[in-house]
Amino acid sequence: MDKNLRWRAIAVLAVVAISIWGFYPPDKKVRLGLDLQGGVHLVLRVQTDDALRLDTETTMEQLQEAVEAKGLTGLTVAGVDPTRFKVDGIPEGQDGAFREAAVDVETRFNRESGTGGSYGFVMKPNLIVQLREDAVEQALQTIERRVNELGVAEPIVARTGAAGDQIMVQLPGVKDPQRAKDIIRSTALLELKLVEDGPAGTREQLLQSRNGVLPGNMEVVPGVSDTGAPGDRAETVYYMVRKVAAVTGRDLRNAKPTLDETNRPAVSFSLNTDGARKFGKATGENIGRRLAIILDGRVQSAPVIEGRIFDEGRISGVFSQQEVQDLSLILRSGALPASLTYLEERTVGPSLGAESIRSGVTAALGGLVLVVVFMLLYYRLSGVNAIVSMVINLVVLLAAMSYFDATMTLPGIAGFILTIGMGVDSNVLIFERIKEELAGQKGVKQAIAAGFDRVFLTILDTHVASLIAAAFLFQFGTGPIRGFATTLSIGLLSNVFTAVFVSRTMFELVLSRRRASALSI
Amino acid sequence: MQIFTKPNYNFIRWRWHAIALSVLVIAAGVAFMWSKGGMPLGIDFKGGTIIILKFQQAVSEDRVRAALETMPGEKVVQQYGAASANEILVRLPQTVQREEDALLDRDVKTATDALRAAKIGTFEVIGTEVVGPVIGAQLQRKGVLATLFSILGITVYIAFRFRPSFAAGAIVATFHDILVTLAFLAFFGYDLSLNVVAALLTITGYSVNDTIVVFDRVRENFRSMRRDSLEHVVNVSVNQTLGRTVITAGTTLLAVLSLYLFGGEVLEPFAFTMIVGIISGTYSTVFIAAAIAIILSRQREQARVPAPAAKNGKPRAS
Repeated sequence: MDKNLRWRAIAVLAVVAISIWGFYPPDKKVRLGLDLQGGVHLVLRVQTDDALRLDTETTMEQLQEAVEAKGLTGLTVAGVDPTRFKVDGIPEGQDGAFREAAVDVETRFNRESGTGGSYGFVMKPNLIVQLREDAVEQALQTIERRVNELGVAEPIVARTGAAGDQIMVQLPGVKDPQRAKDIIRSTALLELKLVEDGPAGTREQLLQSRNGVLPGNMEVVPGVSDTGAPGDRAETVYYMVRKVAAVTGRDLRNAKPTLDETNRPAVSFSLNTDGARKFGKATGENIGRRLAIILDGRVQSAPVIEGRIFDEGRISGVFSQQEVQDLSLILRSGALPASLTYLEERTVGPSLGAESIRSGVTAALGGLVLVVVFMLLYYRLSGVNAIVSMVINLVVLLAAMSYFDATMTLPGIAGFILTIGMGVDSNVLIFERIKEELAGQKGVKQAIAAGFDRVFLTILDTHVASLIAAAFLFQFGTGPIRGFATTLSIGLLSNVFTAVFVSRTMFELVLSRRRASALSI
Repeated sequence: MQIFTKPNYNFIRWRWHAIALSVLVIAAGVAFMWSKGGMPLGIDFKGGTIIILKFQQAVSEDRVRAALETMPGEKVVQQYGAASANEILVRLPQTVQREEDALLDRDVKTATDALRAAKIGTFEVIGTEVVGPVIGAQLQRKGVLATLFSILGITVYIAFRFRPSFAAGAIVATFHDILVTLAFLAFFGYDLSLNVVAALLTITGYSVNDTIVVFDRVRENFRSMRRDSLEHVVNVSVNQTLGRTVITAGTTLLAVLSLYLFGGEVLEPFAFTMIVGIISGTYSTVFIAAAIAIILSRQREQARVPAPAAKNGKPRAS
């Protein structure tokens, strides 16, 4: 055996050994996709307009204050859309004063030339981009925290979509998809606000004492009547509260499940230093009044402030144990900067996944058997060569997949099966060529050498063409389809190695041991 | 063993018949789709809801359908997987028109509530897919772009490796395969889904393989058969590679056939698409790709005298 050939044989064996080591044991090393192990795939869109609207509203309030400080009256400031608002009724001759008041606002908004005492304000484009970006990034981080607290193994949270405002969440093996969905999506905006009036049965009752006019610094928030007895039909009541919150969820340090004095499930929370200072001031000045604990725009409870409180509080209401747990989780992970909408959701139960694995494996084995039988019948001993190189191809493919931490999906199994079918393609190409060369009265050795040499470029061309298609497939696909593109691409690459290098080495190994005058092909 | 011993068929003589047949199939497919109001799209592209239910006992599809009577739109209720599994797939059309309707999965709830109320048996929801209008539109655009770009990429590669008329031949053959496959998908009532598009993209890569093999052989034969006409060289090349073309299509077909038979509900449309695509790919390699290459080469020769054959220093024998 010549030296070169020996080294090639050793190289092949080494690749096989490393590959087997690489993916063994397969159930630990090959990661299964959601469609095979079960789980939830979600795509959400961050409604970044919410973040813009919030900023515009804050700016409007700022402007209002600045204008009042200048002693201007009779102006109206009204929002137009998330990035626009307009000011009407600037008294004649007060234009200069107004523009002075609006100087601060103009660092963030462009003032449009107005006529007749009105101006339009539009948010600066770079600020719009910035705010949207921040909102998505913040939402992504919040969702990541929530998902991690759910205790899911290997979750994926990533930005997707052309506009970059979509977030994809994959939760393998989740048992209760609905709960996961609710937890991810709840805005969880916690606000503690001082109650001015209420509770009352209707909004109108609440406003009666003020002649039906809501003061500018107040707002009406609905809530559940806190009857105390579980099982009571909860009625909606209304509270009039101060618009400015004493403390918000931003100041939370921690939240955990607890029980209230009547042993009902509740959530206790603690505040950070900044929050504690604000909370202490608000409670100290308002002993005897009620404090509304508002979650996502609904009053959960409105306890009477009995003394100055600094950094501890409790949210009680009609909660179940599970709800209390979820609420603490959500509060701990922070509020979302904008609301989220679901664009796509796919859930696969574990039994469906197991079924898919079963049928995928059956199909793969079936394909393998059919191709093996055909190759043996048609190419006889040379067929063994093709089969060995195909099996090595599959081994390398599995190893590469576990090395790249690629995900095996159901379409990925299809890619596997295609690799079986298309992998022997190269062998067939070579064998047919060898047959032709043999027919041309060449010796076995020369025929094999010519067969491999002449089709090498062809094999390269066909593989490049297939890889181009697979690359675009990868770009296009989500989840399962990407798994298909991945297996197909890796399969194609390792096929060049096995069909050309491995197969040829095997032929030459056999020929080096005995002088063959005929080839079983 | 040998399928073809020294094949010598005159494929090129039949090129116009082959082209006519292909045009006929594609036209029939287009007409069929037209009559159905376009290519039927699955929920991946059109949006909608799919629920897969597992009943504890056998339940007829009709009873499930009856229980969902009150839900709007065209519903599909069919057995999922093996009959013994008692699994039913329910497909509901898109009802959410605006993404702001936060309750994307409300049809799942409505349907399962209706089925529970109908008391046709205890069941468990083992899988759901809900695709909203935004994602549907997004995937449609991406699917079309991916297909076009992969064809473009392959064209550029072939144009770079072979003469331009051959690249044109390969591309016509690829488009041919996609259109024929789409036609058959329509005839057999398959919806266009993500998996089907994945199969179509695989076919663009696969069908061009055979074509490349033939063209490579043509290029090789040009060197040894300088005196022969383009038609003759191409025809000889197609014949020389015929065994390979048929066998490789055969092995891939065997693997895909196993996928079709055993791969389960999810992969069946994928496998069907591949089967049609592989057969069409083989046909187009033998009859269409080379024919187009010859027709286009001839036009260029006429436009530009002396003809390429003349660059070999000999007049073309025709």
